Amino acid sequence: MEHKRDTGKLRLLQGNTACALGALAARVEFFGGYPITPSTEIAEYLARELPKQGGKFIQMEDEIASIATVIGASLAGAKAMTATSGPGFSLMQENIGYAYMAEVPCVVVNVQRGGPSTGLPTKVSQSDTMQARWGTHGDYHAIALAPSSVRETFDLTVRAFNLSEKYRTPVILLLDEVIGHMREIVELPEPDEVKVVKRWKPTVPPEWYQHFEINPHFVSPMASFGEGYRYNVTGLTHDPLGFPTSRPDEIKNKLDKLKNKIEHNINDIIQVKEEFMEDATSAVFAYGSAARVAQEAVRMARQRRIKIGLIQPLTIWPFPDVYMEHLSERVDLILVCELNQGQLIGEVMRASCGSARIRGLHRYDGELLTPDEIFRKIREVK
Amino acid sequence: MEQVITNLTYEYLRTKKKFPSVWCPGCGIGIAFGSVIRAVDELQMPKDEVCMVSGIGCSSRMPVYADFNTLHTTHGRPLAFATGIKFAKPELKVIVITGDGDGLAIGGNHFIHACRRNIDITTVLINNNTYGMTGGQLSPSTPYEKKATTAPYGNVERGFDPCNLAKSAGAVFVARGTTYHVTQLQKLVKNAILKKGFSMVEVISQCPTIYGRLNREGDAVQMMQWQKEHAVSVEAARRMPPDKLKDKFLTGILWDIEFPEYVEEYDKVIKRSQGKES
Repeated sequence: MEHKRDTGKLRLLQGNTACALGALAARVEFFGGYPITPSTEIAEYLARELPKQGGKFIQMEDEIASIATVIGASLAGAKAMTATSGPGFSLMQENIGYAYMAEVPCVVVNVQRGGPSTGLPTKVSQSDTMQARWGTHGDYHAIALAPSSVRETFDLTVRAFNLSEKYRTPVILLLDEVIGHMREIVELPEPDEVKVVKRWKPTVPPEWYQHFEINPHFVSPMASFGEGYRYNVTGLTHDPLGFPTSRPDEIKNKLDKLKNKIEHNINDIIQVKEEFMEDATSAVFAYGSAARVAQEAVRMARQRRIKIGLIQPLTIWPFPDVYMEHLSERVDLILVCELNQGQLIGEVMRASCGSARIRGLHRYDGELLTPDEIFRKIREVK
Repeated sequence: MEQVITNLTYEYLRTKKKFPSVWCPGCGIGIAFGSVIRAVDELQMPKDEVCMVSGIGCSSRMPVYADFNTLHTTHGRPLAFATGIKFAKPELKVIVITGDGDGLAIGGNHFIHACRRNIDITTVLINNNTYGMTGGQLSPSTPYEKKATTAPYGNVERGFDPCNLAKSAGAVFVARGTTYHVTQLQKLVKNAILKKGFSMVEVISQCPTIYGRLNREGDAVQMMQWQKEHAVSVEAARRMPPDKLKDKFLTGILWDIEFPEYVEEYDKVIKRSQGKES
């Protein structure tokens, strides 16, 4: 009921609140977290609102315990999430790896701040972009989404849950300090307009059930603890039944499964937004808060008849390789704008096999790029 | 007796998979496992409702063999995972199996906070004074002056007393048993499971292959003989003069109090947030 009051009308919201509202719209049932700037508003909002809907909120002793409790709750059948920032995201990495290995759906929000280490708790950064892909040890395939506005934060939070439940994998939602704390007037959809995906449950009798079944979908049906299936879950490399294995064929099958469930569904997972790209001969590539600024810079350039467009990947991991390859054949210049010393620009270079020149604009002094700065760079490299 | 054990083996162990176990001959973990199984059987708990969670280490391999809902987590974190399971699905009976390294070193923070939170989880901490799986390194319960591969000249730190730690941190039920006193251990685990709130049973166990060999403590029989000679039940200790208790350790129920349980308390939070209760 509370839901209705919260949605379906114009509201002035900050990104972190929109994230919490998105989680509620996606029917989150469990939040485990630990306070950290600039993500804390998400925890505070859910501490207040989750119990009203019968959900559970718990503040744990640290971020390691937070993600552990989220994974435990998800295995018990609850839709679960946590929210943190750089230092906490680092602490969570081992157990995020556990969730990849054990194929446990959960959403991890990282409201990025400056680093390394304690860094800049109250200042913006996009320097965890690579950590969202390669943060934990071992071979695995990550999904990470990056919104650039308050409304997109709501939508992508819902989408993070849906992808997570659909593909039985953790999904990283990369916000940043500006997106998290920026306030915008938004209209949110009615609860029944929000598409919510539920995890795929087994229909076979318990004796036939394989928690990590290898099938043509690469995603196995998931029973919860207490539903009569009595399976084993381990972070050790395991066979389809969930028992530790050291057999080379079983090891390879497991790692192929983690890879294939992302790679074979890449078109479903990847979303890229385009603006002014119909006749563009060059493009700005930006995500998160940098994309919001880049949008203005591109409009300024258009007013001066520069044929430039904006490419904004909403999914940054898996990286839109094929899209970027085609783009690099269509345009002669791609300007990558990021709030770090150069993270996704490497991916753009790797994926762009066409003739386009790749240039970068990187700001990492704790401040947001400005439209003027990007516009000047466009003029300089064009 | 033989028949009883065999029946329970078929009832509660995953017969299809992964035997023999990883445990060395003479290890005490199998005995502790037997006590847990018999306690569960005695309580007639449906297997579907039992969730066994562990971390990393010799003792933490236990859930793989047990026919329950089982979760083998990361090193030191089983209590945090178990908290999520119990909180999300309170109808499950959650039993955490951990060791002295997993539970007290890397998992020490989760251990004290699980005690403090008083969530209804039973923890069986199997204490063999060493890191067996990695080959005998110093653990937080290795006694003073005893040897480990990473303390080749003797340990200069004091060991934790997990029972005192749990009691001080807020656990409502604390007990200690040994792998020698099996019937007592079974009763302690049973009482711990029955207790509402966070309960902890420390099991003094032997590691003859690694710890015993390093410290010249003899084989499994000799190490269990040591347990027999040094364990004193809390009831017997009351009648003994202090000087006779000097080199002994206490077994039995050491601490048993009442305090509101976490999940039940949170249910009140839910009602309060919905305006159903002031």
